[in-house]
Amino acid sequence: MRINCPICGDRDRREFYYQGAAVALDRPAPDAAETSWDDYVHLRDNPAGPTRELWHHEGGCSAWVVVARDTVSHEIFDVVLAVDAKTRGATA
Amino acid sequence: MRFSGLRVLREGLTGNKGWKPHWRDPEPKAEYDAIIIGGGGHGLSTAYYLAKEHGLTNIAVLEKGYLGGGNIGRNTTIVRANYFLPGNSEFYSHSLKLWETLEQDLNYNVMHSQRGLINLFHSDGQRDAFARRGNAMINQGDDAVLLDREGVRKYLPYLDFDNIRFPIYGGLLHPRGGTARHDAVAWGYARGADQRGVDLIQQCEVTGIDIENGKVRGVQTTRGPIRAKKVGIVVAGRSGQVAAMAGMRLPIESHILQAFVTEGLKPVIDHVVSFGMGHFYMSQSDKGGLVFGGDLDFYASYAQRGNIPMMEHVMEAGMTLMPMIGKAKVLRSWGGIMDMTPDGSPIIDKTETEGLFIDCGWCYGGFKAVPGSGFSFAHLMATGNHHEPAARFRLDRFRTGRGLMDEEGTGSQHNLH
Amino acid sequence: MRVAGKGLIDRTKPVRFTFDGKSYGGFQGDTVASALLANEVRLMARSFKYHRPRGVLTAGSEEPNALMTAGVGAQAEPNVRATTQEIYEGLKMRSQNAFPSLAFDLMAINDLAAPFLGAGFYYKTFMWPRRFWEALYEPVIRRAAGLGGLSGKSNPDPYEKAFAFCDLLVIGGGPTGLMAALTAARSGADVIIADEDTRLGGRLLAEVETVGHKAGHAWAAEVAAELDGMDNVRIMTRTTVTGAYDGGMYAALERVNHHRPRRDSITPLECFWRIHAKQTVLAAGAQERPIAFQNNDRPGIMTAGAVRAYLNRWGVAPGKHVTVFANNDDAHRTARDMAAAGVHVAAVIDSRHDTDVGNTPYRVFKGAQVCGSGGRKELESIQIRTTTGMEAIQTDCLAVSGGWNPAVHLTCHMNGRPTWRADIQAFVPSEGAVPGMIPAGACNGVFSTSGCLASGVEAATKALAALDRKVALVELPDADDVPYKMTPLWAVAGKGRAWLDFQNDVSVKDIKQAAQENFRSVEHMKRYTTQGMATDQGKSSNVASLAILADATGRGIPETGTTTFRPPYTPVSIAAMGAGAQGKGFAPQRFTTSHEQSVQMGAPMIEAGLWYRPSYFPRDSEKHWRQSCDREVGYVRGTVGVCDVSTLGKIDIQGQDAAALLDFVYTNMFSTLKVGRVRYGLMLREDGFVMDDGTCARLGDTHFVMTTTTAAAGAVMRHLEFVTQCLHPEWQVSFTSVTEQWAQFAVAGPKSRDLLNGLLKDRIGDERWPFMACGPVSVAGVAGRLFRISFSGEHAYEIAVPSRYGASLFAELVKRAEAMEGGAYGMEALNVLRIEKGHITHSEIHGRTTAFDIGMARMVSAKKDCVGKTMAARPGLVEEDRERLVGLRPVGDVKALNAGAHLFAHKADAVRQNDQGYVTSVAFSPSLQSMIGLGFLKGGLAREGEIIRAVDHLRGYDTELEVCSPVFVDPEGERVRG
Repeated sequence: MRINCPICGDRDRREFYYQGAAVALDRPAPDAAETSWDDYVHLRDNPAGPTRELWHHEGGCSAWVVVARDTVSHEIFDVVLAVDAKTRGATA
Repeated sequence: MRFSGLRVLREGLTGNKGWKPHWRDPEPKAEYDAIIIGGGGHGLSTAYYLAKEHGLTNIAVLEKGYLGGGNIGRNTTIVRANYFLPGNSEFYSHSLKLWETLEQDLNYNVMHSQRGLINLFHSDGQRDAFARRGNAMINQGDDAVLLDREGVRKYLPYLDFDNIRFPIYGGLLHPRGGTARHDAVAWGYARGADQRGVDLIQQCEVTGIDIENGKVRGVQTTRGPIRAKKVGIVVAGRSGQVAAMAGMRLPIESHILQAFVTEGLKPVIDHVVSFGMGHFYMSQSDKGGLVFGGDLDFYASYAQRGNIPMMEHVMEAGMTLMPMIGKAKVLRSWGGIMDMTPDGSPIIDKTETEGLFIDCGWCYGGFKAVPGSGFSFAHLMATGNHHEPAARFRLDRFRTGRGLMDEEGTGSQHNLH
Repeated sequence: MRVAGKGLIDRTKPVRFTFDGKSYGGFQGDTVASALLANEVRLMARSFKYHRPRGVLTAGSEEPNALMTAGVGAQAEPNVRATTQEIYEGLKMRSQNAFPSLAFDLMAINDLAAPFLGAGFYYKTFMWPRRFWEALYEPVIRRAAGLGGLSGKSNPDPYEKAFAFCDLLVIGGGPTGLMAALTAARSGADVIIADEDTRLGGRLLAEVETVGHKAGHAWAAEVAAELDGMDNVRIMTRTTVTGAYDGGMYAALERVNHHRPRRDSITPLECFWRIHAKQTVLAAGAQERPIAFQNNDRPGIMTAGAVRAYLNRWGVAPGKHVTVFANNDDAHRTARDMAAAGVHVAAVIDSRHDTDVGNTPYRVFKGAQVCGSGGRKELESIQIRTTTGMEAIQTDCLAVSGGWNPAVHLTCHMNGRPTWRADIQAFVPSEGAVPGMIPAGACNGVFSTSGCLASGVEAATKALAALDRKVALVELPDADDVPYKMTPLWAVAGKGRAWLDFQNDVSVKDIKQAAQENFRSVEHMKRYTTQGMATDQGKSSNVASLAILADATGRGIPETGTTTFRPPYTPVSIAAMGAGAQGKGFAPQRFTTSHEQSVQMGAPMIEAGLWYRPSYFPRDSEKHWRQSCDREVGYVRGTVGVCDVSTLGKIDIQGQDAAALLDFVYTNMFSTLKVGRVRYGLMLREDGFVMDDGTCARLGDTHFVMTTTTAAAGAVMRHLEFVTQCLHPEWQVSFTSVTEQWAQFAVAGPKSRDLLNGLLKDRIGDERWPFMACGPVSVAGVAGRLFRISFSGEHAYEIAVPSRYGASLFAELVKRAEAMEGGAYGMEALNVLRIEKGHITHSEIHGRTTAFDIGMARMVSAKKDCVGKTMAARPGLVEEDRERLVGLRPVGDVKALNAGAHLFAHKADAVRQNDQGYVTSVAFSPSLQSMIGLGFLKGGLAREGEIIRAVDHLRGYDTELEVCSPVFVDPEGERVRG
């Protein structure tokens, strides 16, 4: 598996650390409802198909990237910097 | 048909013509007392214990593929009860006791082999953690022996005691730990359930769960609708999709775990050996293949296959720990889909829908749990009450923080357990 | 028997090798199989289950029978295919799975008991008495099972791993692969062509048909030479592409040195390649399948293509009286070639009535079948059923062909399911089964040489288009274009056992029995009978067994489906995939700047994560580590001790939002920290549990240095990156790890200030350097940093200098400490000191404890948000009866205490239901002259003063403890400030 880091280019998967669903970008407010925090920390859509997730280019440029990937075929559609995804607010 | 050595002899003498089907292939009925979604190890054992322990025989197991086609047919076959946190301790202890009489119970040889499992440790800190674990096992009534380096050498002389990157300080021996023939467990339960009247329906995919006024009414399947007042979801690897049919979102992320087997070799590894400084565990099957595995591939996946980096890592762990396996050749690798939960422990619980139950989240510990999970889930489905050894496997523990069972101590990131 | 004038072996280079101790001759270019056949050795192995005598079936890596052990001692390698192992001078081969000898194998008794050992018999018996499984049945089964044996000795040979990258990977060097590689190479693409054989050419090496009006092997050699001369081509022979993975990644095994007599410690025996290819042409060829009939496994019965290969490639006639049994035209070439080479062809038996072979110098039986074989340990005769009746034919070599299976294996590695093609009665790759992979030639169902050549060009053209490259013109050479004609025949009807999976001894009857027992799913059948689960993954038998299952269950083959081929294509050694890890290579080793001196001082170096740290510094007079440890603790409590603490993670954080970041990742407040001061900080995971702790120093308004524990340095760094990129990208803050850049030493004890004042340019006193002060200092002219912090609870400092000065500073500090009757201390003393002071490490913050549990609930600031704060407030995490940190002290007769013991109420039974906690850390405290411990106990310090029980079943201790404060020494904290 290879991931096209927006900064470094196409790299082997072993340079990257996987964290989980890109839901991690959308941290609830500290006083948000208990269910919001449960959603954020524990519950997952966990689709069999396209999903968006967070990877960290730990063995490279240290960028966190949002990877659009299919969990069945492992095809990678798109990789963007988490900073850009976050700034654009395009995390849905 | 009852199996025995005598029967094998008699059939052998008459051309093996008399063997009967292990199970029937019935057409689904319009209604059952209870439906189990999922014909894997846990689903089949649930059906078996519903019939045997609770007299519920008008039930069906719905399987979208073939019986035992999921993780029960693609694991490293380890059976153990060496957990240390309350909740897990009593559950796996109970499950191991069921294993110990399973063959007589099922009249099926699942080749449960209590050859002993040794978890190695490589620092003082790890020894302390394993001592805590071993003492918890004995508190629970199970067995554990703390071995020092020389003690390990007696059992596993082939390990690298001289030049290994992380020296072997000792090991925790679990004498009753071992392995079993994975497929046989599924077949034995399937046959036992079928003999008690359970309908095992293969090639029948559930496409919807019918709920009215908060109560389950039945399921929609590729072979038509089937009514039932009780439905149990037991579909490791697809838990999220099936739960979503009932409007549920689970604390689960699905991950791939690879496993490997080598060509057949004469006996060389007599125990289950587990490395403490890199996920690696190995045993030798009765056929002679070295069966081993390591950590998750770490990315979410529903593909039953892995990638090269983790494969290499597993081999590297093997080479540093026991360099005598170097010339064994890997014959086949495969992957199973793991329901990873935020504390690495499973879920056996009711849902908010009356009559709908769920058994999921086994992470990569599901095989040894097959008897206990089926027993406890059957108890819950039949009586509406949690079975004591599985009473802590609640869905709401993540929300409340009560009774978390994070054996690895790695926290809520699903793939770290 | 050698045939004059045939074969690609070098007859000028004779080679001698041994098989089961007997010496044989062959020539360079021979495999063990070809050389043994040349010596008329047919019996090469025993089967897995029934120990039936077996010879060679094939001439390639798919060989299920002729498995042997190569080499002796630690170099011995089990399960080597005689068909692929090249002979070299002095090679020692041994048969395996036979006792006492290959010719006379006692376990062959299994074959007599075969009626009772059919499919799945073991699931139905061996259940009584219960204990007998481990005691009797299993050991017997285990000893009987298995093929070759491992030596039990550590691997002595070098192995290697490597990466390679290319535009186009061509898998297979036959006519298809050669044309694909040539087309792509001439078009300028970076090409790797890999083939498992020793030379390029594939099937052309085994046939007499011409390509471009010259011998096929000669044409292949010409193309190979052209490719070899091009800078953009890498030819990898003896290299099997074993697996297809995501993103154009392929695994491949190169057998670098298996064919040479001398092995050195440098040249790898094998190299495991990770190849990234933008495009791939799969030109893996096809494998011939046998036909099942009674006793079709006798040595001397081979696939027709293999017989032809032994003749044409190795100049060997595998028999003196050859017969052929086939359902297709292709196999007739075997008879033709044999007859042309002067070998007697006794008969050709073609199952088809309508076959048209013209005039032949040998008998051809049309519409006939072989229904049995005779002979003892090798083939002597066959029985055939012709249109007119039964007939026996004397023959010592039967060449069988049931048709060819495209080698679709790699196309299944990413869960692709192959497609059934009725015209060739075989599976072919499904479109797009592996992204970027184009199957071509025989593996795609193209069975003529001419078709393969064209298919190679076509596939390369497609690949080049995907690569955006223009295609250079490549002329197609003339080659045979004979269509492949066959009529399916899987098994000859009749009594007796007809074998499918030769290695696992699965017969047609077994498949039928599985169906009868309702193992109708192909996966069920496979698992129940073990069909296809041997070392060849059923390459020669799966399709036939499917056909028989389909027939037995009244379905067609496509409806029956197929099992999945899994990587690797052929088995790969663990040593190759794990190359580099044996011994110390498993993980990097990190050394501190004081490492060398610590070793010189005799300190046992122990692993701390990837680092090595000194355990203690022994003196000659000391017999036991505890003596050294107690002495070193005494330094710190009495005079001064020096300890290398460089392994702690150090992160330099700068920027206008640095304080905001720290406020957010630590539970306590850092924005209020004054410049020149240090603060202890606690960090949570988002789920509310403690992640790490450490100190953070404010060096300037916008400049901090964070320390982490050794273990969590990487995780904390990643966490900071996460917070600043994924949660607060608006913050202006940068940070970098400086763990390697700074060497840092603890100087601890009542005389620590005196020591430093002898060393630093400016004297330090309490006014400028109170407890928790920090700032720049000059150490012998080097700009360093000083932190007045303490892990031991004594008046202490940590001094940091750039790493290049670390070794000399450590030496200087130790020298000065020794002059003050102190000295270096190691990890053991460090641990005692911190336990005496109640300081926690990862023994306590092991991922399941909260700030509340460790008595630091008040450190979670109410004034601000921080990571983990909300989840830490979950009701279950703040209940009073949680297990919480306490100090523990033995008060009864038993003075021993072990970490890992569990805690119970006094007099309560030591069972799970009564479990109240556990001991995390213990030490003998020289200060208190007693064992002391830290642990977690339900209710925590609310139970201070209570007598409880610690039970360590494992080591047989039952200790009465008093619950006490975790701070055993100087609870008021006067010393750190003194």
